[in-house]
Amino acid sequence: MNAPLPGTRPQAANIPLQRARPEATGIRLEQVSKRFRGGVLAVDRVDLDVRPGEFVVLVGPSGCGKSTLLRMIAGLEAVSGGRIWLGDQDVTSRLPQERDVAMVFQSYALYPRMTVRRNLGFGLRMRHTGRPERNRRVAEVAEVLGLEHLLDRRPAALSGGQRQRVAMGRAIVREPKAFLMDEPLSNLDAKLRVSMRAQLSRLHQRLGTTTVYVTHDQVEAMTLGQRVAVLRDGVLQQCDTPQHLFRHPVNLFVAAFIGSPSMNFVAASVSGGAAHFADLRVPLPAGSSLATADRQVILGIRPTGFGVAESNGWPTLRAVPDVVEELGDERNLIIDINAPRVDTDATRAAVAARTADDALLLPEEKARFTVRVPGDHPVSIGEPLDLAVNPERLYFFDPETGQTLR
Amino acid sequence: MTTRTATGPVRIESRWARPLQVGRYLLLFAFACFFLMPVYVLVVTALKDPVQVSVSRMWELPQSLSLNGFREVWPKLRPGLVNSVLLAVPVSIISSVLGAANGFVLSKWRFPGADIVFPLILFGMFIPYQAILIPMVRTMRDLGMQGGLDGLILVHVIYGLPITTLIFRSYFAGISDELIDAAKVDGAGMLRTLAYVALPIAPPAFAVAMIWQFTSSWNDFLFGVMLTSKENWPVTVALNNIAGGQQVPFHEVMASGLLACLPTLLVYVVLGRFFMRGLMAGALKG
Ligand SMILES: Nc1ncnc2c1ncn2[C@@H]1O[C@H](COP(=O)(O)OP(=O)(O)O)[C@@H](O)[C@H]1O
Ligand SMILES: [Mg+2]
Repeated sequence: MNAPLPGTRPQAANIPLQRARPEATGIRLEQVSKRFRGGVLAVDRVDLDVRPGEFVVLVGPSGCGKSTLLRMIAGLEAVSGGRIWLGDQDVTSRLPQERDVAMVFQSYALYPRMTVRRNLGFGLRMRHTGRPERNRRVAEVAEVLGLEHLLDRRPAALSGGQRQRVAMGRAIVREPKAFLMDEPLSNLDAKLRVSMRAQLSRLHQRLGTTTVYVTHDQVEAMTLGQRVAVLRDGVLQQCDTPQHLFRHPVNLFVAAFIGSPSMNFVAASVSGGAAHFADLRVPLPAGSSLATADRQVILGIRPTGFGVAESNGWPTLRAVPDVVEELGDERNLIIDINAPRVDTDATRAAVAARTADDALLLPEEKARFTVRVPGDHPVSIGEPLDLAVNPERLYFFDPETGQTLR
Repeated sequence: MTTRTATGPVRIESRWARPLQVGRYLLLFAFACFFLMPVYVLVVTALKDPVQVSVSRMWELPQSLSLNGFREVWPKLRPGLVNSVLLAVPVSIISSVLGAANGFVLSKWRFPGADIVFPLILFGMFIPYQAILIPMVRTMRDLGMQGGLDGLILVHVIYGLPITTLIFRSYFAGISDELIDAAKVDGAGMLRTLAYVALPIAPPAFAVAMIWQFTSSWNDFLFGVMLTSKENWPVTVALNNIAGGQQVPFHEVMASGLLACLPTLLVYVVLGRFFMRGLMAGALKG
């Protein structure tokens, strides 16, 4: 499984669309590619349709081409192939000055010698908006973002969170066709990040401006995006609502990348309408295309795909927890499974992109599962317990291509 | 029984730290004295009365302070000083502004071929004065710019461009690309990005470039003597005529030397403050 997975078209049709402002503009990418001098293919034939007023998050491991894609939409990077549409205008060869989009950068990129007021008003000034109108809009945005008392300061005299808000305000004040945001929260501390995330959602509901938001953090992507586009090695894997992405990943990479803790994988075989791994026989869900198959697969189970063994008829797995992570209401158990570990490029890329706590520290032959159980369920390290596998929540992947088998 | 109690901050250091430090300062002091000897003679002699001036008593301090030397040379030196100011001020301003524009397009608003153009510009730094002297004088004569200060200004501006371009290119290379990108997205073109975003953060580079250009055009002798007529001589040429003449008293030579180098010192003191200022502080996340 060395070849990158082929791009997959968006599937879900039932997207809940926020009330769009009448003037909101969509963004359409058609087969957009970018090859840098030196030969790096950073973006490979991406098709993406952002509806007017929609909040789309581009997510993927670092180096997968998210920033490059965003910069091409802004006009800061020329495309090597394909077309970019803003509304019904083909802007592929327009200068950034002519595209009327606003961008928020990871470093905020505030103009150091200008006060907050002039930073906010700069875009309007460059577009020849009259002074009274400019002052009115700057004051309005400053009020929305709580920046009024900072208007006469220079960026150097602001805290990280305040700089972040100024960067956001600089984009909002222009009332552009679209917001492009490149990891705007990644320089904030964890707590501030969560609160800014909520503010950002509210702001989007209020303004209804089309937004493309880039992050490498899948939690951020899932919580912010109306739709989330997963990118890997420059190829768009899947673009869907967070729910659909979580429930119906199109391939191993998306399955491994989305969800926290990440999905458990194990090599299994399918025959006679059931999957077999670690001495366990799990019947296939009704209507599975694998019902009559006889083949090897990669089996995936989310940590929440287990239940406490009861009389519900689910196959049970006897396991001994190695580690118990206490989360309050819930516990994560880490258990050894008597089956070979799955180690593919896709799972490794997905896991490496995430926080290190999901990664195994030691290379091991055996599979290990993370299982989430309710906090009131008695467990202790070294004590065997029975876990029931929910047959409805199994995922099957082709070991060669990584595509989901349904 | 005695107990040791802490009486103040304690330093943790090797036993040899003290002697080593004393030795180091002595050595540095000796070097400083060595380098300051000519300056000492210059100042001391310039302030002496004519009767006290002699080579054998060069090292002695003046018995009485006298400004006679300065009074004597001032009328002879004044036109030269004025000419040099009229030369060095425009030269340092024009070549810094042009260098800033060059440095900006070579680092932050790149054009195809920038990687070839920059080394070619730098090449100009390594051409010795003497090699271009004759063609330069001929060109200026053909252009009708020989004799006046305008021709000399032009020559110094062009000769200074490689170094000012280098200074600004390095400086701008150190500022974040995202700052320039932000300006582009905000709707600024090349000139407005330069004017509103790049130049306002460049005072340290201006200080370096202007000090450099002021000093080198002020101190130049060769171009001045080749390209200007008598009434436009810069101070270096005037100084040469005072110092090179027969029977000129030492104290007058020293006084004119001192006068001639004061403006460069002044420029350094005034602009030097901008050298170290962290004008970029807080531009980005840090
Ligand atoms: N200016 C450039 N020249 C050459 N390669 C680049 C350039 N910018 C980015 N790349 C390469 O393109 C790929 C995608 O980069 P980027 O879009 O910044 O990734 P991401 O934002 O997803 O982390 C990386 O492999 C990176 O090394
Ligand atoms: Mg990036």
